[in-house]
Amino acid sequence: MQTDLIQEARRQAEICNACRYCEGYCSVFPSLHAERAFSDGDITQLANLCHNCRGCYYACQYTAPHAFDLNLPKALAEVRRDSWERFTWPQPLARRFHTHGGAIALALVVGFALLFWATRAIGSSGGEGFYAVLSHNAMVAIFAPAFLLPLFSIAFSLRRYWAEVNGKPIQMSDLTVALKRAGKMQDLAAGHGEGCNFEDEDRFSQARRHIHHAIMYGFLLCFASTSVATVMHYGFGLHAPYGFWSLPKLFGISGGVLLTLGCGAMALLKQKSDRDLGDPSAWGGDIGFILLLGFVGLSGLVLYALGSTPLMPALLAIHLGSVLTFFLLTPYTKMAHGFYRLAALVRDAQRKRDVSMVR
Amino acid sequence: MATPKEAYDIAVIGGGNAALCAAMTAAEAGARVLILETAPKPYRGGNSRHTRNFRCMHSGPLGPLVEAYSEDEYLSDLLKVTGGKTDEHLARLAIRTSEECLPWMEEHGVRFQPSLSGTLSLARTNAFFMGGGKSLVNAYYRTAAGLGVDVLYEAAVTHLELNSDQIEWVDYTYEGQSQRITPKAVIVASGGFQADTDWLTRAWGEPAKNFLIRGTPYNRGVVLSDLLDQGVESVGDPTQCHAVAIDGRAPKFDGGIVTRLDCVPFSIVVNKDAERFYDEGEDVWPKRYAIWGRLVAAQPDQVGYAIIDAKSLNLFMPSVFPPLKADRLDELAGMMDLPAEKLKATVSAFNAACGDISGFHPTELDGVTTSGLIPPKTNWARPITEPPFYGYSLRTGVTFTYLGLKVDETAQCSTPSGKIKNLWAAGETMAGSILGQGYLAGFGMTIGTVFGRIAGREAAAYAN
Ligand SMILES: Cc1cc2nc3c(=O)[nH]c(=O)nc-3n(C[C@H](O)[C@H](O)[C@H](O)COP(=O)(O)OP(=O)(O)OC[C@H]3O[C@@H](n4cnc5c(N)ncnc54)[C@H](O)[C@@H]3O)c2cc1C
Ligand code: SF4
Ligand code: SF4
Repeated sequence: MQTDLIQEARRQAEICNACRYCEGYCSVFPSLHAERAFSDGDITQLANLCHNCRGCYYACQYTAPHAFDLNLPKALAEVRRDSWERFTWPQPLARRFHTHGGAIALALVVGFALLFWATRAIGSSGGEGFYAVLSHNAMVAIFAPAFLLPLFSIAFSLRRYWAEVNGKPIQMSDLTVALKRAGKMQDLAAGHGEGCNFEDEDRFSQARRHIHHAIMYGFLLCFASTSVATVMHYGFGLHAPYGFWSLPKLFGISGGVLLTLGCGAMALLKQKSDRDLGDPSAWGGDIGFILLLGFVGLSGLVLYALGSTPLMPALLAIHLGSVLTFFLLTPYTKMAHGFYRLAALVRDAQRKRDVSMVR
Repeated sequence: MATPKEAYDIAVIGGGNAALCAAMTAAEAGARVLILETAPKPYRGGNSRHTRNFRCMHSGPLGPLVEAYSEDEYLSDLLKVTGGKTDEHLARLAIRTSEECLPWMEEHGVRFQPSLSGTLSLARTNAFFMGGGKSLVNAYYRTAAGLGVDVLYEAAVTHLELNSDQIEWVDYTYEGQSQRITPKAVIVASGGFQADTDWLTRAWGEPAKNFLIRGTPYNRGVVLSDLLDQGVESVGDPTQCHAVAIDGRAPKFDGGIVTRLDCVPFSIVVNKDAERFYDEGEDVWPKRYAIWGRLVAAQPDQVGYAIIDAKSLNLFMPSVFPPLKADRLDELAGMMDLPAEKLKATVSAFNAACGDISGFHPTELDGVTTSGLIPPKTNWARPITEPPFYGYSLRTGVTFTYLGLKVDETAQCSTPSGKIKNLWAAGETMAGSILGQGYLAGFGMTIGTVFGRIAGREAAAYAN
């Protein structure tokens, strides 16, 4: 644990606790004001409740050059990244990919290479369409572990998170409250519903929220496409390739478009934001991750468009290579934030439930 | 922006709430407006950047405000704190207009939130700004920019040339150079003079050197004294300032709200000789913190020390600096440079004077009092016995000064021989016209908003 990061966040949280002006912006402050002293676990929980909207930075009368030097979005972003790195197994991977965009690019190249090798070495046993390049069984053999292993790793990390933030046994209502908040990205709207202070100093804007929505729903649609296809394959014996009006295609194409546009827009938006209000050392890793995710979407779309041309085998290897890399890196990149954020919202729902019971 | 080349209709001096309200209103009326703000951009907004709410009349639920708050109730609350030293005509104007200010503020970008935790008593009377005064100031600068108002930061106005009944020109320094502009009209909204320690010392005497200034270091009264020197009519007592007791470790300037200390009612307060000097439990703290500013100012070295024990630590809002902590009183005395034996004696005498404490109630006047002690502690008097013991130092923190420009109901300034055709004033710099003494939480922003808008309207009408 980087105690200096926690200590700095604690110092700032104590100032906020005496001030309280930002109470209306997000769920960090009500949670913060419920305590008088902050344990390391409290700070970790606050950090994971924060989504870096920066409202509390631009509103703060104590930012530098004032001696109190408040920059809560940055302090919490640093604690947040440090907490993800600490909880993740294996740790060295997290430490590398969270901060190094180059490492992500390298992993992507390795992903491509693996898939090219697979198409050459394993090849097909005479399937149709994509399966003519790589057999269905081979795809399952590669992607099932590539999907499940990261999930195990994340589950393991979340347990550590839960222990540190002193989580209680989860009730159904905690989950529904948390999912509702995440689904609407309520906090990204800020307390008054006008969005973040991200790309243009203190101007409130919905850009970040809408772009984040596009990415999240784009990703979920792509995921739904694959899941539906799996069910169709095993459940109903309906095998790919599917037509345009089939569920996998409709989900996949709309998801791919949202994902590609969303990631492109997010990368541009981030360029306009002030790096020093986030975690500057995670900049490269974050941009690398956004580009990787966007590439997954884009390469999927290109594959769809050029699926019946001679380019298809190469495009398939490239797309599948990026998907493989993306899955394997999930626990070690910004992708992990979704899981932690949900856990933090569940924990916060528990806190509120406790408070209302006491009253 | 570099040196302004354009001719402006109106120059607004200052960059806080009153200045911005005036500038936006004038620009909406079609005037070309320049704001001259002496602070650099990160410190723009004067004392307004430290505020959290404004007090607003309302005949029914309005925005974040619950129930109703009538003109008469508002006025009677004001008269209670000013002891009648109030211009009732201007006060009623401010109060009555405050109701239409709230929606106007929202239209100009201000967002409100329910009253902050720990301030529930204000939910009916005061509307809290989401994110506090700096977010209000930010929103106004954005709106003003959209209306075409130009802003020059680090532009310190030094002189307004008064020629019989009008201002001829405005001098200011910018990037080390003297500049002069000749706007048709001028609005002064540059606050009080509390940040000029020499002036404060002249008015208050030597103790003022030890005062802390709760807000901006830029309100040094330069324009105020320039105008007073030229015979512009003033109002208010130069020896009066609004001061409260704050944490003695606060920075000299700009400590703002977080230096507030709410521990006094649960403590005993001693001076540097370890002697008590006033009833700590006279009333609830929001009604007493201003009195304590003066009480501490009257003690040697203008410092006080509040001492509590373990059982009281969680009864008040946390403060920005953690208290000094020791297991024994003499140890605490050592940390605070107090005579240890004397402190022990003072605490013992206090403890011996405490009686039945079963009725103790931290948020109400509970009548749990000392007997036979001078000065007494008339509420919340519980013996200080449970280690660890905690200590906070107290100093006088000045909020603003009362001496200001005298204005009429159109916010216009005058000399003894009549109105000045093209000079208006708004905000703290004319608040003395309404507040003779005392202070009502949230009234400063009301005065600035109401008179800022009036000044903007009148100046634009004159310039057009
Ligand atoms: C810590 C604190 C908390 C407060 N909380 C509240 C509250 O919650 N509610 C409330 O109603 N009131 C509150 N007040 C009082 C309130 O701040 C003032 O009444 C109000 O802000 C005055 O507004 P103003 O625009 O007149 O002055 P200011 O906001 O102080 O603006 C004055 C401006 O003039 C500029 N200036 C000064 N000299 C020059 C010069 N020579 N040339 C150019 N520019 C110059 C300054 O830089 C500044 O921008 C608080 C005050 C403090 C200190
Ligand atoms: S960020 Fe600044 S203004 Fe907001 S609560 Fe913290 S100290 Fe107060
Ligand atoms: S950056 Fe936004 S989400 Fe994070 S603490 Fe500040 S206001 Fe809350």
